[in-house]
Amino acid sequence: MDRRQFILGSTSALTGGVLLPGIVGRAAAQDLPAGAVASGILDALPGKRPLIKRSFRPPNYETPVGYFREAFTPNDAFYVRWHTGVPDIALAEWRLRISGPGVKSEREFTHDALRRKFKTAEVAAVNQCSGNRRGLFGPHVAGVQWGLGAMGNAVWSGVRLKDVLEDAGIAASALEVIGNGADAPTLTGPDFVKSLPMWKALDPDTLIAFEMNGEPLPTWNGAPARLVAPGWTATYWIKALSELTVTDKPFDGFWMKTAYRVPKGMFGASGFESQDTEQNSPITAIKVNSLVVDPAPGVVLERGKRVEVLGIAWDGGSGIRNVEVSLDGGKTWRDAKLQRDLGRYSWRQWRYAIKPDQAGAMTLMARAHARDGSTQTDTLVHNPAGYHHNVVQKVDYHVA
Amino acid sequence: MSHKDAVRSAITSVLLAASIATAAADETSIQLTEGPGLTQVQATCSMCHSLDYILMNSPFQDKAAWEKTVNKMVKVMGAPLTAADITTVVAYLDTHYGKVAPAAP
Repeated sequence: MDRRQFILGSTSALTGGVLLPGIVGRAAAQDLPAGAVASGILDALPGKRPLIKRSFRPPNYETPVGYFREAFTPNDAFYVRWHTGVPDIALAEWRLRISGPGVKSEREFTHDALRRKFKTAEVAAVNQCSGNRRGLFGPHVAGVQWGLGAMGNAVWSGVRLKDVLEDAGIAASALEVIGNGADAPTLTGPDFVKSLPMWKALDPDTLIAFEMNGEPLPTWNGAPARLVAPGWTATYWIKALSELTVTDKPFDGFWMKTAYRVPKGMFGASGFESQDTEQNSPITAIKVNSLVVDPAPGVVLERGKRVEVLGIAWDGGSGIRNVEVSLDGGKTWRDAKLQRDLGRYSWRQWRYAIKPDQAGAMTLMARAHARDGSTQTDTLVHNPAGYHHNVVQKVDYHVA
Repeated sequence: MSHKDAVRSAITSVLLAASIATAAADETSIQLTEGPGLTQVQATCSMCHSLDYILMNSPFQDKAAWEKTVNKMVKVMGAPLTAADITTVVAYLDTHYGKVAPAAP
């Protein structure tokens, strides 16, 4: 059975716009706003498998959790998130310009010139939308009402941002690197532009990527090139990248200064001091999290039969130390078996065998601990924009 | 034509092409409730986004929350709504997609 058949097979009917409780997961579907459940149909963008449509335009499409059975998320099942229209730029026409007061000389590269001049680098990393799980917030907050699938794991390949910036020469005054893509607002709204602090821009794992999972980036995921800022939420991973500006003062565009903010101190230090204010900080590193992938919530398990639970766990780059599972509402916890380490920015698959011996309702909880000592929260840390939902998941099954 | 204009024009072409190619399963399938204000919603909100944004963000926003959203769209995103339009649109959103009041005891 191929992947598509599996996904299709797991819902009762899939012609046209149907609801997706079986795919989204019972708990998630219950927690999303009713209007998001009703409008969250399965729909296939050209070149993509059917994904959960959150909005047609700009295209915001979520990956059904079943695809997370695989260590790396297939490109054609990878979630899609745009603020504006999607640029379609031929690789031969594409140019990357580097300028600003923070570089010693300006540069302009074609794709060929970049690949010829700089060494290829790759990194396995989770790409997670800042608003992943926003739809599960209680009380709800406005925005794209994402469930569990505004994320994916991939091997990203391209050139190091560091190498390109150093080729232009970094001035002592350099403070932030601003990335701009070829997308543009429809009316007079602010262009989607984001900046990185120098330390993150110069991290050898921060890339200008042309490929994901060994194939050219799909247009939906940022072709011809996108920034890859491993460990940081996807808002910094500028798609259809066309311009880099190295500045000597904090960039004050709307999407940095006003949007993508968390209350100061609520989630620890941002690591982006030049963008901190007295009230708030930019969202930056992904918080430690985990997800039960299989069996899906609500599945009926056979009494006395051994079942292997499959899940994933990830964080902002310290790596996963351990994942614990509880079957008694959190009173006792036992370690799950971590699978192969694919790199500290990748998610880590885990397995845990259960053999339910009592008929009736059963709840499984999973909790990941990162190597930096952080762990998931027991209750939601509510914040206005709906970020960093990493509450310990409770998955209900029925044993019969 | 500046680079940005060229890109914008390219984006528009892509969007037009996409909307023609996928006419069967696109945003025209979205149906909002009839009522005063729907005309303004269809004429202005849909300039930048499909109207499933409204469905998706319901029914949990009270009138003040919808007002905040609409004002952001006008002041930040450039939605061309007059003061009178704003009142009409907020009333429409609150009436049809507003927070559902808790059931009476």
